[in-house]
Amino acid sequence: MRCAVIVFPGSNCDRDLAVALEAATGRAPAMVWHQETDLPAVDLVALPGGFSYGDYLRSGAMAARAAIMQSVITHAKRGGFTLGICNGFQLLTECGLLPGALMRNQNLKFICKDVVLQVETNASPLLQGLIPETTMTFPIAHHDGNYFADSATLQRLEDEERVAFRYLDNPNGSSSDIAGILSENKNVLGMMPHPERVIDHDLGGLDGARFFEQLCDWAAAA
Amino acid sequence: MRAIVHVTLKDGVLDPQGRAIAGALTDLGFEGVEGARQGKVIELELADQALDAAKEQVEAMCKKLLANPVIENYRIEIS
Repeated sequence: MRCAVIVFPGSNCDRDLAVALEAATGRAPAMVWHQETDLPAVDLVALPGGFSYGDYLRSGAMAARAAIMQSVITHAKRGGFTLGICNGFQLLTECGLLPGALMRNQNLKFICKDVVLQVETNASPLLQGLIPETTMTFPIAHHDGNYFADSATLQRLEDEERVAFRYLDNPNGSSSDIAGILSENKNVLGMMPHPERVIDHDLGGLDGARFFEQLCDWAAAA
Repeated sequence: MRAIVHVTLKDGVLDPQGRAIAGALTDLGFEGVEGARQGKVIELELADQALDAAKEQVEAMCKKLLANPVIENYRIEIS
């Protein structure tokens, strides 16, 4: 399983994500700078959390137009696995690979805390190793995590089994308690919570380690 | 020449910041504030060119970067 992590100016979870992917796959991911135009041959492209371009204009808006994104979009549209966490999720909505948008949290505060997520589906190689209706605890750390989509889009997400995770106790006002969603082809996953921050018992838990192991095992086998 | 782009949230999109502004104005004693919506104004300095060409260029900028069509509308003024 070969992975790439895209690094933008202002990314701050890129190295955590690289450590998590290396632990899960046994192979260090390629770190790809946003000004590159070509991706190395990889199975999974991961877009990290952080504050690319200082969240100027809209979170993820500038990064979504970075040079490397044309290749990321081509990879995703060809069916290549793509994972966006936090700012990575914002970026995936900004570049149109996932529907909807991430708005300012309903209480207007930056929220940094552990949240309990319910797994809603395993109908994607990225989630196949997870058991629906079980829970995982990941931290969130965002100001703009309030998922918004119009009612027709929300209905389509439900009908097509594309809601990946829901918050048990909605922290930010997201429509339908949505914490993560899948693309139409189920090969692109975007989520606000940070699994890469819980891959070590001494650093808060192991749910993230389990998430990446399952994701990488099933994606490699797909 | 100068172009001014007004970016506003679409109707139906919840605006927590606008709501906080309306609440703060009410708390300050301003009566009858029934709502507030917050948007952005972007002022662009452009090289002089034909008005139609400038409009077309700014329209493309709005579609490509300045507004997110999922949640926002935009209006362009050129002088």
